[in-house]
Amino acid sequence: MGDFQTFQTAWCPGCGNFGILSSLKSTLEELGKDPHEVLLVGGIGQAAKTPQYLSGNSFCGLHGRSLPAAAAAKIANEKLTVIVNTGDGDSYGEGGNHFLHNIRRNVDITHFIHDNQIYGLTKGQASPTTAEGQITGVQVTGSINSPLNPILLAIAAGAGFVARAFSGDREHLKQIMKEAISYKGYAMVDILQPCVTYNKINTFAYYKNRVYQLEADYDPTDRVEAMKRAMEFDEKIPIGVLYKEEKEDFHKKNIVLAGKEPLLDQKTDRKVIQSLIQEFV
Amino acid sequence: MYNILVGGAAGQGIDTTAANLEMLLKKAGYYVFTMRDFMSRVRGGHNFSIIRFGNEPIFSHSAKLDGIIALDDDTVEIHNKELNKDGFILCDTKLKTENEKAIKLNMDSMAKELGNPKVSGSIAIGAVLKLFGIGLGHVDETMKHLVKEAYLEMNVKAVRIGYESVDTRFRFLEGTTGDYMILSGSKAVGLGALAAGVKFYSAYPMSPSTAVMEFLASKSVEAGIVVEQAEDEIAGINMAIGASFAGARAMTGTSGGGFCLKVEALGLSGIAEIPLVVIDVQRPGPATGLPTRTEQSDLKFVISAAQGEFPRMVIALRNHTDAFYQTIRAFDLAERYQIPVIVLSDQYLGDSTATVEPYDLSDIQVAEPCGEEYKEGEYLRYRITEDGISPRLIPGKTKNLVSADSDEHDERGFIIESSEERIQMMDKRMRKLDKLMEELQEPEFIGEESFDTLLVGWGSTYGPIREAVGVLNEKEPGKYGALIFGDVFPLPKKLLIEKATQAKQLINIEQNATGQLGGLIREQTGIVFDRSILKYDGRQISGEEIVERIQQGGVR
Repeated sequence: MGDFQTFQTAWCPGCGNFGILSSLKSTLEELGKDPHEVLLVGGIGQAAKTPQYLSGNSFCGLHGRSLPAAAAAKIANEKLTVIVNTGDGDSYGEGGNHFLHNIRRNVDITHFIHDNQIYGLTKGQASPTTAEGQITGVQVTGSINSPLNPILLAIAAGAGFVARAFSGDREHLKQIMKEAISYKGYAMVDILQPCVTYNKINTFAYYKNRVYQLEADYDPTDRVEAMKRAMEFDEKIPIGVLYKEEKEDFHKKNIVLAGKEPLLDQKTDRKVIQSLIQEFV
Repeated sequence: MYNILVGGAAGQGIDTTAANLEMLLKKAGYYVFTMRDFMSRVRGGHNFSIIRFGNEPIFSHSAKLDGIIALDDDTVEIHNKELNKDGFILCDTKLKTENEKAIKLNMDSMAKELGNPKVSGSIAIGAVLKLFGIGLGHVDETMKHLVKEAYLEMNVKAVRIGYESVDTRFRFLEGTTGDYMILSGSKAVGLGALAAGVKFYSAYPMSPSTAVMEFLASKSVEAGIVVEQAEDEIAGINMAIGASFAGARAMTGTSGGGFCLKVEALGLSGIAEIPLVVIDVQRPGPATGLPTRTEQSDLKFVISAAQGEFPRMVIALRNHTDAFYQTIRAFDLAERYQIPVIVLSDQYLGDSTATVEPYDLSDIQVAEPCGEEYKEGEYLRYRITEDGISPRLIPGKTKNLVSADSDEHDERGFIIESSEERIQMMDKRMRKLDKLMEELQEPEFIGEESFDTLLVGWGSTYGPIREAVGVLNEKEPGKYGALIFGDVFPLPKKLLIEKATQAKQLINIEQNATGQLGGLIREQTGIVFDRSILKYDGRQISGEEIVERIQQGGVR
């Protein structure tokens, strides 16, 4: 079993990110991963700094663009365990288009969205998941846009692994993380986490009082039921794997990759190039 | 040299007729150059290709036509003034034209009799071969590669029917090239990328750059390359960067508008020091501009695109030879310096086809990442080194941990904000330019060493300028020279300063409205051009147009 170190962070004391970082560390250790086998990817934001705080290969790219970079890194080398940690703004706002299309692409990567329903790094503006009516420094009379339901959206868009977790329940979060990382395909986990500095509405207590674990007999293969549960986001918020479906991932679907050695090890054959040149003669 | 225009509305089969004719001419041993001019529409309008062929090397197009294959009356109306006095207009009897140069054949009805109206193009091809006295010896074999088996026999018959329908009119030229290749600039770029070992190409379709992606996709299984159509331009470049970081040689491609969207990620490649090749097949802007036409107006944009400062390299492709070899070189430079390398092509070069000597793979070398595991001491991805180049490892390939960071970072790749480390890291990156400057390729000099007028251009105006210099020196022996830049940024200055010192008159020739290379040269060397020949109507300047504009004098 590999040993994953954590490093000093720039997060606020009491930030929900700590729970996520700690669960991720134990998850990777319990899965028997070695840091050099793991690629941690982030965009920009407080959550996106996660790759800086945990040992592993790391790629801290651009705001909103973590998914395309992560998917392509996995396409290049399927032996890497690729995990994206980034926020609700990065995933659903700036990177919204990539979120949709990476569901369709279904590359075998894991996406942990640290969803605190607010922008942290830019100091407290509405995010795509901020509740209607919530007052911020920019939405001064309250946000008038309806919040996005990322779980419902992901299930509707055809994602094969959709889960919700709560940073305050580390043991449960760890179980979800394990299942997500082990899933063959794109796995998204929307992790509710309090932002202690900029979101005074969705606090630790707010989530603590609302979340409940999906029942033991809940059937995650029932897509309609999953959508119903995904719509529960008020007095009761279900956590757990809401939807799971076996699907062919990108590597299975792509003829150049399926059953072959990793792309980066496939060396171009000079003879093929020579014959391509000959085609033009 | 002879010039034949094939024109008609979009959807009438101009491309097929031109492609088949140019291949038959190549197989007859001629040098061929075909330029393609088309509108941004799927049906209707007016499109044309001009096929130039002869038994001496050809570098560009010409609008002095020896023949027109007219598929509609518009073609006759638009182009008959470009026809030489003994030129012909080959068309179907259904056309209304009463032009005295028209050779009207019952092509459509003969084609129907053969079983498919589409073979009328082959009838026209047969007629053209005969008009220029070219035999049919190679036709059967060549047609096998051009048309599907089910249509082969009727097409071969069609060529013969066309051949029998006319008499030879032009002086026969003996073909001399033998086993040359014929391909478009964009295919040559794609072939270069494959030869360089590209493993991943992600892009969003955009004219005229799509031809590169289509070619790579068509060879993806054979060559073992993943071609991914991204959801947008931004994903296209970020995917290429992610793949390159993870160890697959990667490239993205686009045209100006798409390049605008990719700009932030260009800086990511710069600061995170991830090798990246970007092909920009230029078209006239701004915004949507003229989607299917040509321009060289992205130079100043791509040399400064993205906020902040970082080393980059920009190579402009001059011709179909450059398109292959310089694309390979772009991958090598990107890997060795861990920088973004931008390759500038344009619609004219990308879509035109030309005969070239078969590409030679024997001297091709493209660098690999470092690869060696650090067993003693800490592996530092961004280690401060004398030449600014740090050891690039591939994540997962060794026990060492590899980082990439778009934030300013320390040697390990962790976010920093200290003044000392920022300066060290900026200096480290910028130092890479010192070494890069030493291996820049000087512009190609064409013309007479005794020149007093120096023409300066870059990229795809190479062919037209080269041709113009030849004509001008025939008219005024020893007076003209030209420098055509391939490497444009960083700007190689040595030969430029030397030649500019000798010149009594300096003229920059560019396909843009502001003289962007002229401006860059002035900024970097203080050399000021006396005159500019600028064209920005979306159509490539021809050699004869350059000659005309030089002789006219003062042009903005």
